[in-house]
Amino acid sequence: MATLVDGPDALTGGKDTGGTDAKAPEAVVVRFAGDSGDGMQLTGGQFTLSTALAGNDLATFPDFPAEIRAPQGTLFGVSAFQINFGSTEIDTAGDQPDVLVAMNPAALKTNVGALKPGGLIIADSGEFTKRNLEKAKYEVNPLEDGSLEKWQLLAFDISALTLEAVKPFGLGNKEALRCKNMWTLGLALWMFDRDRQPLIDWLNAKFAKNPVLAEANIAALNAGHAYGETAELSGPLKQYHIAPVESEPGLYRTVTGAEAISLGLVAGAQLADLHMFFGGYPITPASAILHNLARLKEFGVTTFQAEDEIAAIASAIGASYAGQLGVTSSSGPGIALKGEAMGLAIMTELPLVIVNSQRGGPSTGLPTKTEQSDLYQAVYGRNGDAPMPVIAARSASDCFEVAIEACRIAVEYMTPVMLLTDGYIANAAEPWKVPDPASFRPFPVKFLEAKNGPNGELLPFARDEKGARPWIRPGTPGLMHRIGGIEKNPGTGNIDYSPASHQIMTDARKAKVDGVAKSIPPQEVSHGETSGRLVVVGWGSTYGPIHQAVRRARRKGLDVSHVHVRHIWPMPSNLGDLLRGYDKVLVPEMNTGQFKTVLRDQFLIDAQPLNKTSGQPFTIAEIEAAIEEALK
Amino acid sequence: MNDMTPIAKVQTTLKDWETDQEVRWCPGCGDYAILKAVQRTLPEIGADPSNTVFVSGIGCSSRFPYYVESYGFHTIHGRAPAFATGIKLANPDLDVWLVTGDGDGMSIGGNHTMHILRRNVNVQILLFNNEIYGLTKGQYSPTSREGTNSPTSPLGSVDRPALPCAFALGSGARFIARAYDVSKNLPGVLKAAHAHKGAAFVEIFQNCIVYNKDRFDDFVAKGVADQNQLWLTDGEPMLFGSEKSGGVKGIALDMETLTLKVVDVIDGDWQAAGVLVHNVRNRALAHMLVEMPFGPFPMALGVIYDDPRPTYEETLLGQDEQARKGKDANLAKLLGKGQTWTVQAA
Repeated sequence: MATLVDGPDALTGGKDTGGTDAKAPEAVVVRFAGDSGDGMQLTGGQFTLSTALAGNDLATFPDFPAEIRAPQGTLFGVSAFQINFGSTEIDTAGDQPDVLVAMNPAALKTNVGALKPGGLIIADSGEFTKRNLEKAKYEVNPLEDGSLEKWQLLAFDISALTLEAVKPFGLGNKEALRCKNMWTLGLALWMFDRDRQPLIDWLNAKFAKNPVLAEANIAALNAGHAYGETAELSGPLKQYHIAPVESEPGLYRTVTGAEAISLGLVAGAQLADLHMFFGGYPITPASAILHNLARLKEFGVTTFQAEDEIAAIASAIGASYAGQLGVTSSSGPGIALKGEAMGLAIMTELPLVIVNSQRGGPSTGLPTKTEQSDLYQAVYGRNGDAPMPVIAARSASDCFEVAIEACRIAVEYMTPVMLLTDGYIANAAEPWKVPDPASFRPFPVKFLEAKNGPNGELLPFARDEKGARPWIRPGTPGLMHRIGGIEKNPGTGNIDYSPASHQIMTDARKAKVDGVAKSIPPQEVSHGETSGRLVVVGWGSTYGPIHQAVRRARRKGLDVSHVHVRHIWPMPSNLGDLLRGYDKVLVPEMNTGQFKTVLRDQFLIDAQPLNKTSGQPFTIAEIEAAIEEALK
Repeated sequence: MNDMTPIAKVQTTLKDWETDQEVRWCPGCGDYAILKAVQRTLPEIGADPSNTVFVSGIGCSSRFPYYVESYGFHTIHGRAPAFATGIKLANPDLDVWLVTGDGDGMSIGGNHTMHILRRNVNVQILLFNNEIYGLTKGQYSPTSREGTNSPTSPLGSVDRPALPCAFALGSGARFIARAYDVSKNLPGVLKAAHAHKGAAFVEIFQNCIVYNKDRFDDFVAKGVADQNQLWLTDGEPMLFGSEKSGGVKGIALDMETLTLKVVDVIDGDWQAAGVLVHNVRNRALAHMLVEMPFGPFPMALGVIYDDPRPTYEETLLGQDEQARKGKDANLAKLLGKGQTWTVQAA
């Protein structure tokens, strides 16, 4: 077997590390797990920042319960944050953690199964009390009964050590224990040889109004760090230095999908030379976009928190009708509620961007877990023949470009566009090379200002070469006209449900959306060859694990390529021919095979599914195994 | 870019507000009279067709925009208030009229009606109440009276009817008026609604000639109108009836029960009879008037309540404008915000 060094192969000499020096792994996966009140997401977020500042490539996976404050110590109240970082390209949050930090018995129980054999467990023994063990359904203390022997175990009383460290600040017991996450973070910073100063600056800024808390947290951070130095001398704890990844020169920052979508929408509206109107209604995991945009008013943004999902999209369509770029955003159940209004936007041919941060379904499903199961809903989920362009983002940083693309299609084709992202992309952070806004082609909108008919009449439903109708703002002198959801005359837009009109208009709406394919780049092969024995076709957030799995398989000499599709509807015009060049087509999806069905339908190819609906992203190994199976 | 800007008055005639579209309501429908009243009112208020938008939902009433020569948006069932809110936030200078019905506005769209009223978006909301579903062929509606026989209630409906004006007031509306389709006072009520800055709610009783014919004859029929209609005028006593119809009466307050009562007015001395003087800014009085049961009392018509406060769009957009002050909308800077690092060329 060839030596493989990419991916989450780490401290403990996982199978892929081959003969490399365990002292200098290329990538490490760390999972912080604790009670939802323990501040694990915050710890993970700050560790991510320090990782980014250290120049490593990274991907994260925040995984938290749907409840805001689940009962303390329970199995369902565990909140986890996984980060994969390394000196090579990182595309996933990692299959198996190399290090698990477990802040209580419940966190250990729910997470230890994922830990790589030989991996390191750091556990707060102070929390392994009788009561907490009972809550986690442990009969015997796992730290003492030898049940963890296939891993390395480092158990010590983090709670007591934290209390000791913050003693001088005179905090109450509860407040003092809240500093535990900073103690843990301090230890993690030591383990990976990180600079503490950015964290200290951050704590000082966060607790500017309460300097005692800032001091206490800094003391805990320093104590955790010092503990690492001392413990190294005697125990299994070792310090590792992960070299910076080789990246293109430039300015970088970390970005989550929700942030990148918000920024992309702002950029898209600017490129269209339009004010943006964002109508939203709170829903997990889409709300972050509304939160972000509500703080960006100076960029020509109006945000409106509507009374429900329907009002959110209806207000956005109203704003588009009045000449702004209407945008709405939601997640599966909310998107279902918006369906009828999408039909109206299709019928009245008004631009609109609909962002769907997909989550597990149906119904309320898994609000905080990821899935790709709204593809049918996006492509087909409306009454009547209601074609609508659909595009999907593959990663947090990709969201920026995809949001701009959605705005472009919406205004150039006078159509609603659905942008698919998912809970994983929305919450996950990754390094992002800050783009130059000037590098994007502007697509300024021209409103109709005078009557456009051949005989001096107004034809609101005349079409340009792309099949798009003119955009006419109310308030424009002399261009009064009426639009609505009833079938209309192909030119004047007046009510007309004659057989000929409905045929012409149905055809025109379809032809317009099909025509979007002419404005998108031809499908490229993400990795591999343009023909061969097997192609793995992905869309959305499965990009990372597919990319890594294909890379590994190719290094083993397997004939497999990766095609990643951004434009779900319409698809790039060469996609069918491209896929026909491979003997086999494998489509991994976090659903029961939706894109696979669309590919079969569109191209009559024998696309085979690889499905996962556990609310968790694919691991690289799962896809790698499917590739090997397909090529047997 | 705010609705404080006075909108230039434009000279038009009723004809200018007619479209070339064939009106498709049933012959004899009350909607014709309302359409004419609106088309008569628009020139009188100096409205500009280029700056006027009629927005509607679904139902007979919601076909209204097709017949008015202005901008028009016939949207989806019940959601017109949400579309109108988006339109006003995008362009507060537009003069927006919202046309809805008892099914559209009180049933499927009840939620949106509530929110446009509580937010106080500056639009005129005309709710045509015919107490029946017309376009779907005669099912009972949320305002149908108990016992209404219809295809979906062959044994008589058992739902208690909603009171649109009471609903509006409860939702926080700052303007509430009532009229009926063929009333000569309808244009006056529409003018008052238009003059009010903020959401103006007007319930218009409308005769559905096919499915609920003459439902409002109890108070609109010729012989009974005089004694059964109380037309409210700000600053004027609440009087109705005449010597011809059996005596002048008035509305007074029963001090013991704190409820309204009907009193006889002798020789025109309404003060002696304790008749109340209407005050459109008195919210407590408005509560009593919108709840006043027809039968023991006359139907309260005209402007019931009119007490403006700042509109949603001027407040929200004003806040946005404040937030923009002194801020640099530099996208390149925004993208590079937060904790960043630079990778140098090797």
